[in-house]
Amino acid sequence: MRALTWQGKHDVRVETVPDPEIVNPRDAILKVTSTAICGSDLHLYDGVIPGMMSGDILGHEFMGEVVEAGPKSTLKKGQRVVVPFTISCGKCFFCEKQLYSACDNSNPADKQDLTEPLYGHALSALFGYSHLTGGYPGGQAEYVRVPFSDVGPIVIPDGLEDDKVLFLSDILPTGWMAAENADIEEGDVVAVWGCGPVGLFAIQSALAMGAGKVIAIDEYPTRLDLARKLGAEVIDFKQTHVLEALMEMSGGFGPDAVIDAVGMEAHGFAPDTILDNIKQNVGMGADSAHALREAILAVRKGGRISIPGVYGGFLDKFPLGAVMEKGVQIRTGQTHVQKYLKELLHKIGEGEIDTTFLISHRLPLEEAARGYENFRYKQNEWTKVVLKPGTEATA
Amino acid sequence: MPHDHDFPRPPHPYVLLGLGALAGAVGVALYQQRTRNRVGYRPPDSAPGRVSRRGRQDEFAVVGRTVTINAPRSELYAFWRDFTNLPKFMENVKDVAVAGELTRWTVPSPMGEVRLETRVVNDKDGEQIAWHSTDASEIETRGKVMFRDAPAGRGTEVEALIAYVPPYGELGRWVAKAFQAEPALQGRRDLKRLKMLFETGEIATNHNRKTA
Repeated sequence: MRALTWQGKHDVRVETVPDPEIVNPRDAILKVTSTAICGSDLHLYDGVIPGMMSGDILGHEFMGEVVEAGPKSTLKKGQRVVVPFTISCGKCFFCEKQLYSACDNSNPADKQDLTEPLYGHALSALFGYSHLTGGYPGGQAEYVRVPFSDVGPIVIPDGLEDDKVLFLSDILPTGWMAAENADIEEGDVVAVWGCGPVGLFAIQSALAMGAGKVIAIDEYPTRLDLARKLGAEVIDFKQTHVLEALMEMSGGFGPDAVIDAVGMEAHGFAPDTILDNIKQNVGMGADSAHALREAILAVRKGGRISIPGVYGGFLDKFPLGAVMEKGVQIRTGQTHVQKYLKELLHKIGEGEIDTTFLISHRLPLEEAARGYENFRYKQNEWTKVVLKPGTEATA
Repeated sequence: MPHDHDFPRPPHPYVLLGLGALAGAVGVALYQQRTRNRVGYRPPDSAPGRVSRRGRQDEFAVVGRTVTINAPRSELYAFWRDFTNLPKFMENVKDVAVAGELTRWTVPSPMGEVRLETRVVNDKDGEQIAWHSTDASEIETRGKVMFRDAPAGRGTEVEALIAYVPPYGELGRWVAKAFQAEPALQGRRDLKRLKMLFETGEIATNHNRKTA
């Protein structure tokens, strides 16, 4: 089959690799019909996530048609399913508590050794996201093996086309959980850093949960415009002092809740960003976290901080003093996708949530490398790329 | 002055002064650490001996690990007590043959295949199984696995302990570690695989095909 493989920093290629097959009883094999490039794939593209091996198949946002189901799978041949990016066994302590992204059993035992010393506990597995989280081949391919297929995938009713439901795999539940983690109360002022897909869905979700005002922060006009269309007020951090603006726009109060939908590769011309970037470039493993530092200073006393943005290592100059002295709460984590699927699929079916506005580009799988490059370097125009395996290359 | 740097020049006095101040500060910190809030005698704490900061006391290396498995104690005990089940989750055990009182293990190692022979020395139904190596064994080892009910209905705490005399001593232990065949590492992974097998019915793998 053809699959998008990681070869090194800024080097991804579509190559021919062996087809997957059923390995364990609960597996299923999908023929992928749609798969998206995620903002977090760019962390892999930029080489800032450790544990990647040349030849790894990327992709954790995908859906497709069941072509084969193992004896213990509950799926049936021909069903259309969306697959969560988190791989969860459904049986361990964590899965039973619906903390699916903390599953104890999905990460192979030898791979668990990689994160146990780093984080104190072994991580669960994700599709196509480095060997720290299992080294499972991802879904930017013609076919994909889905372990624990009786727990993860959700069956999509006929009549809901791919573009409407694909984002159930990651970014829609991630935006939703980001808003849920912000404990939004009726009328709250919520500030969201980053108007990428997760930030935009967090804005949508926060408003749905009763926020009175959402303020979105980014620098790209197209993305700010999408935020505005969703009902947010916007701040362009290239033309405005963010902290001062947030105070003024919240009656001198500060936002009740803040959401960092940027993560470890924050940019922008600030002294801490420059230092962070130098350390990243010399391999000192420091996360770049300007957005998070700003969010912590911005949030009102006793407020809430939600971090859907991805971090992987250590953080310098973390304003813990502000966290403690202002008595704020921090909630974060990889998304417990399986927990939100039913509710969100229902909202999509009822027309309450439409996520198709986000897709700026649709490409054949063969042109995936071009998709990565443009999603990385033309962020203003390329807001979301969906790859369609099996369609003809345009060039 | 083209030959200015031909001879090493003595360091500038300020550099010496700075180094001296640094050494002084470190000295004061070390002295304070040793003299302030000093504790003479420390009674044993509640943690298992294998996690002690002190090194091991004899030629035995002791490794151990506890894992909570969401399954009944009796089932886990029964599964383990049938030693022929062990290769199902012990990646480094090639074969186990039970002959009456004795169990013979075939274990590949960096130095070739190793044969162990063990005898069960303590067997409490549903609670623990302990074994010692016999004189016929190529490695001197003792092991014990204990099963306890976990709190809050979380299943069973399985604690496995292995004491062994590392072939070629500490050096051999490091070689084994480098080849990922060291008992601490193997034991940790084996218990996790046992957990997967009992909780999910299968052992997680990222292989896309049956034959890798």
